[in-house]
Amino acid sequence: MENKKYLDDNWQNEEKLDMIPTRNGYGEGMVAAGEMNENVVALCADLTESTRTLMFKEKFPDRFIECGVSEANMVGVASGLASTGKIPFVASYAMFCPGMTWVQIRTTLCYNQQKVIIGGAHAGLSVGPDGATHQALEDIAIMRALPNMTVIVPADYHETRRAVIASLEVNSPVYLRFARENSPVFSKIDAPFEVGKSIVLRDGTDVTLIACGPMVYEALLASEILARRDISCEVINAHTIKPFDESTLLASAAKTNYVVSIEEHQIIGGLGSTVAETLGENYPVPMRRIGMNDKYGESGTADELLERYGLTAERIAQTVLSSITEERG
Amino acid sequence: MPEKNLLELEKKANQIRVDIIRSLVEAGSGHSAGPLDMADVFTAIYFGDVMKYDPKNPDWEERDRFILSNGHICPLLYATLAHAGFFPREELLSLRKLDSRLQGHPHRVALPGLETSSGPLGMGLSQAAGMAYSFLMDKKKNWVFAALSDGEHQEGNTWEAILFAGKYKLYNLTVLIDRNNIQIDGYTENVMPLESMVEKYESFNWHVQEIDGHNIESIIDAINESKAISTKPSVIICNTIPGKGVEYMERDYEWHGKPPGTKGNVGEVVEALYELRTLGGQIASEHE
Ligand SMILES: Cc1ncc(C[n+]2csc(CCOP(=O)(O)OP(=O)(O)O)c2C)c(N)n1
Ligand SMILES: [Mg+2]
Repeated sequence: MENKKYLDDNWQNEEKLDMIPTRNGYGEGMVAAGEMNENVVALCADLTESTRTLMFKEKFPDRFIECGVSEANMVGVASGLASTGKIPFVASYAMFCPGMTWVQIRTTLCYNQQKVIIGGAHAGLSVGPDGATHQALEDIAIMRALPNMTVIVPADYHETRRAVIASLEVNSPVYLRFARENSPVFSKIDAPFEVGKSIVLRDGTDVTLIACGPMVYEALLASEILARRDISCEVINAHTIKPFDESTLLASAAKTNYVVSIEEHQIIGGLGSTVAETLGENYPVPMRRIGMNDKYGESGTADELLERYGLTAERIAQTVLSSITEERG
Repeated sequence: MPEKNLLELEKKANQIRVDIIRSLVEAGSGHSAGPLDMADVFTAIYFGDVMKYDPKNPDWEERDRFILSNGHICPLLYATLAHAGFFPREELLSLRKLDSRLQGHPHRVALPGLETSSGPLGMGLSQAAGMAYSFLMDKKKNWVFAALSDGEHQEGNTWEAILFAGKYKLYNLTVLIDRNNIQIDGYTENVMPLESMVEKYESFNWHVQEIDGHNIESIIDAINESKAISTKPSVIICNTIPGKGVEYMERDYEWHGKPPGTKGNVGEVVEALYELRTLGGQIASEHE
């Protein structure tokens, strides 16, 4: 059974879906947040257009603060703004913020309990030709390790907008991760979104595919490929990595007894680790982590890299197939 | 410097610009403005007889070091290294492609001639300072050059390194700044003002020179002056015109991060190449 409340009616037909980058949802979400709450302000560090902070700047020029290329400073300033009642959104590429600002986030936001929403753009492999120096593949790990931090990796453009608006209700720092490239808009515009509540997109009995970000769509397509081989996949969109929705995962694992995690991130410290920790402590079943296997990325087109590192639907399906064959014979 | 040698260097700088444009157009993405505007400075460093290196032996212990801090202008470093003989020029066309040694931002272990990996701004000067410190500790003669952008002077890390080099009087360090006045969101003085760079560096105990970054003779003179100073680190603020050499790009921050044209649609790029090859009509076009 498919989740009709969530999935676009055309989700199986990629050609019929809009292709929009998740970062656009960040820009639009910020504008909506700005309209809902006049304390919302936005900061950026010389990447106003590509993080889509520009949308907010154009709408609310007096509530936009340009920081120049100074991410650590931007986070500290945001903490100060938050302490006096503002609701700051800060954005850069994920590699630079949170990449270069971890201890500022830890001390001045999380430890201080100042609510700031951090937008990490161009995360994952999809920045492509810029190469390894710009491909944030460790950001979920470093944010997830922080007490008081919420970590959200939305799956498509609509979900990013919903996540931004939902973040307003969280009374502590939030890290939102998004990607540069166009990706299919496969969720309904009014699909549900609740921070900390994973969404089962498709029921299945043989294996659980749990994914975050644009990998959710690849997981769905992989489940189609596997269905043709008589393998029934349950597909979970784990948009909130922290606080993690343990019960949705455990209920699924109890049905399938095999879990595969899929993320555009190192398999160390991200969604895969979260899943492994949850299963290990509560309901140990065999599992497999798909993601970057303790390596840096490299230059290439986004498609070439996803193919090379096994993150396309086809490659995911192959990996799932070979690992369950290995496991179950 | 004899007139003839100078003209040779100017031609070299423009050949390098031609190669930058070729590689960027072929790549279909990448940065144009910075690489083009620092071509004269890089030419002076690599071909002006001021830096010791051996392309046949890139790990030569006695080599001077060149650190590129603003990694995004690597198309220029790659073209310069190819001209200097570190690897074949044809390889420039592999820029930013899968399996290329010419990564979108420099990857030290991938390509001979690179002393560091860079991309995140503001980190190069600390490494250059560490190298300079080490050479002074060991009483070695190696010189350290570092290229920085103006935009990365908004990073705290850059100023931490400026303090450090000033404190330890790292006189074997010459920093060349691409003062092109642009960054991604606009002109530096609008985004986050940097002036007066001269007074700032002076107050951090550096030897400061400010020059025309397109006058190869003054670049070489300034480097030689920096080497004659034995009490403090040196900075040369190179005033440059972003996109230098390609008229439709010059001074426009929109060209910070775009290639000069799209692959297969190179009309205006061909025009730009002609202008560059002929030094704006001063010399006969060379076919290459
Ligand atoms: C730490 C960090 N923050 C942000 C960026 C994104 N970025 C790349 S180039 C650039 C512009 C900086 O201005 P400058 O270095 O002067 O660039 P140019 O003159 O070449 O346009 C920025 C913000 C980065 N590479 N590193
Ligand atoms: Mg600049």
